[in-house]
Amino acid sequence: MTTLVLADHDGTSLSDQTAKVVAAVAKIGFDVHVLVAGSHVGAIASQAAELSGVSKVLVADTPALENNLAEPLTALIVSLRDDYKTFAAAATSVGKSVMPRVAALMDASQISEIIDVVSADTFKRPIYAGNAIQTVQSTDAKIVITVRTASFSPASLGATAAVEDVSTAGLSSDLSTFISDAISENERPELTSAKIIVSGGRGLGSAEKFREVILPVADKLAAAVGASRAAVDSGYAPNDWQVGQTGKVVAPDLYIACGISGAIQHLAGMKDSKIIVAINNDEEAPIFQIADYGLVSDLFVALPELEKEL
Amino acid sequence: MKILVTVKRVIDFNVKVRVAADGSGIDLSNVKMSMNPFDEISIEEALRLKEAGTATEVVVVSVGPAKAEETLRTALAMGADRAILVETDDVVEPLAVAKIVKGVVEQEGPQLIIVGKQAIDDDCNQTGQMLSALLGWSQGTFASKVEIDSERATVTREVDGGLQTIALKLPAVITTDLRLNEPRYASLPNIMKAKKKPLERKSPADFDVDTKARIKVLNTEEPEGRKSGVKVASVAELVEKLKNEAGVL
Ligand SMILES: Cc1cc2nc3c(=O)[nH]c(=O)nc-3n(C[C@H](O)[C@H](O)[C@H](O)COP(=O)(O)OP(=O)(O)OC[C@H]3O[C@@H](n4cnc5c(N)ncnc54)[C@H](O)[C@@H]3O)c2cc1C
Repeated sequence: MTTLVLADHDGTSLSDQTAKVVAAVAKIGFDVHVLVAGSHVGAIASQAAELSGVSKVLVADTPALENNLAEPLTALIVSLRDDYKTFAAAATSVGKSVMPRVAALMDASQISEIIDVVSADTFKRPIYAGNAIQTVQSTDAKIVITVRTASFSPASLGATAAVEDVSTAGLSSDLSTFISDAISENERPELTSAKIIVSGGRGLGSAEKFREVILPVADKLAAAVGASRAAVDSGYAPNDWQVGQTGKVVAPDLYIACGISGAIQHLAGMKDSKIIVAINNDEEAPIFQIADYGLVSDLFVALPELEKEL
Repeated sequence: MKILVTVKRVIDFNVKVRVAADGSGIDLSNVKMSMNPFDEISIEEALRLKEAGTATEVVVVSVGPAKAEETLRTALAMGADRAILVETDDVVEPLAVAKIVKGVVEQEGPQLIIVGKQAIDDDCNQTGQMLSALLGWSQGTFASKVEIDSERATVTREVDGGLQTIALKLPAVITTDLRLNEPRYASLPNIMKAKKKPLERKSPADFDVDTKARIKVLNTEEPEGRKSGVKVASVAELVEKLKNEAGVL
């Protein structure tokens, strides 16, 4: 039997989240094929073919698949249904949009955001903002999963899988049309793959202060920048920096939470980090309960000092 | 245009959940239940579209236990016109919810369905997408801005790299994200009025939907806790520990 992994990419390069999904589904024990769908995605397909554990890469190259729109992407995956038992994607904004559609059209109940593979049909997943972990078993003919990539290490490189074109006949995107992207330009590492994350909360007080004290520390550490929901809602940081139950889930080697109280919804997105540092001037802040190192201090004093010490 | 909004009754977001010691699930006895926060955002958006003259009627639907009536009354108190409760005591998976709501859609004929992007209990993030697929409609997930004209909805979406704007052919399903709006509170007079607004009761069987679970829950456990850490007295001590003890710098 075979698992089909939907590759995650931005139209130019393969996201390293796909390597993590490949590593996760390798534990199922089936052959692994990767589907690269988009327009002019030959280079991305070559990257996917290098992932260890992948035996074939399917390429669907057509303008209708540009911009990762959910409807044509779903139609494509469903057209391949007969060849596969299991369908998997990273729990990214594309995977989350597409896979439930795929599941519904195959009459399967999706298992979202798995953090472990127990067997071919049994997985672990968090519920209630990670306050409980369920072990669940699918009884459906087709199994559809999304993978919480923070829980897996990426597959290594070195394979040379066969690359094969698949039919894109009849795929159209007349239900939804792409208008524009406002993708944040920054030189920093991606939140979901960064080794170090510096994160700011409401305690920063303004977008200017966020830039002034968080970014220099992040730059020194070559870190990604995260934020709490409160910081994003208040306009201190863009939406794609939000870490938490309803934002991104991260597990870097080092997570530095500054001016973040530690609400369960925030912890849900970062509590699997290897080392957690909290900087907060309220010594009762719940974030200290999960921090490995807590510094009770005004962040406007501590962060510039930290920047100098590094 | 008629708008259908889905709502779910869930444990209040402020409650610390308790995992039953025998692995059977979450202890739901005597905990505060509320409307899923994303559903409040969905209702608010529908109401604003009605106030702007784009929508003519806002119908709310919930699939759940008898007590979900309270949640629907809250939606009515916020300003929704009518409610439909599809009553069942089963734990209904998103796929079955989507099938039931599809049945409701076939009776009600809305042009727009607004669904919360995820329920904060099972954190599935599936129902809106499944509903859209089953109906063969367009979908706009994780909306942070919605504009409607006669033929299409323009939706700005919160995606991993920032924002994406797409146009959806109507009818469509939109799922709501946190930044779409700030939901209103129901006023006391509106809470009183909501008690008299129409609420229709149905059952999954009325829509020929089997709610039997497809996913077997084998075990529910607490996550591994973190070891408690230490307080450091200064930035210098912090840097020293990160370098020499944790080895992460
Ligand atoms: C449906 C739903 C989904 C949610 N999803 C998320 C999510 O994904 N991610 C998320 O983060 N939240 C989420 N939340 C929100 C969450 O409940 C909290 O409201 C939020 O995390 C609080 O952000 P904060 O810690 O920045 O702000 P606050 O709780 O206000 O904390 C600010 C902290 O800054 C400290 N501080 C202030 N000034 C200073 C200073 N000068 N120096 C040092 N410290 C200072 C204070 O002591 C305080 O601890 C969600 C909520 C709901 C209802």
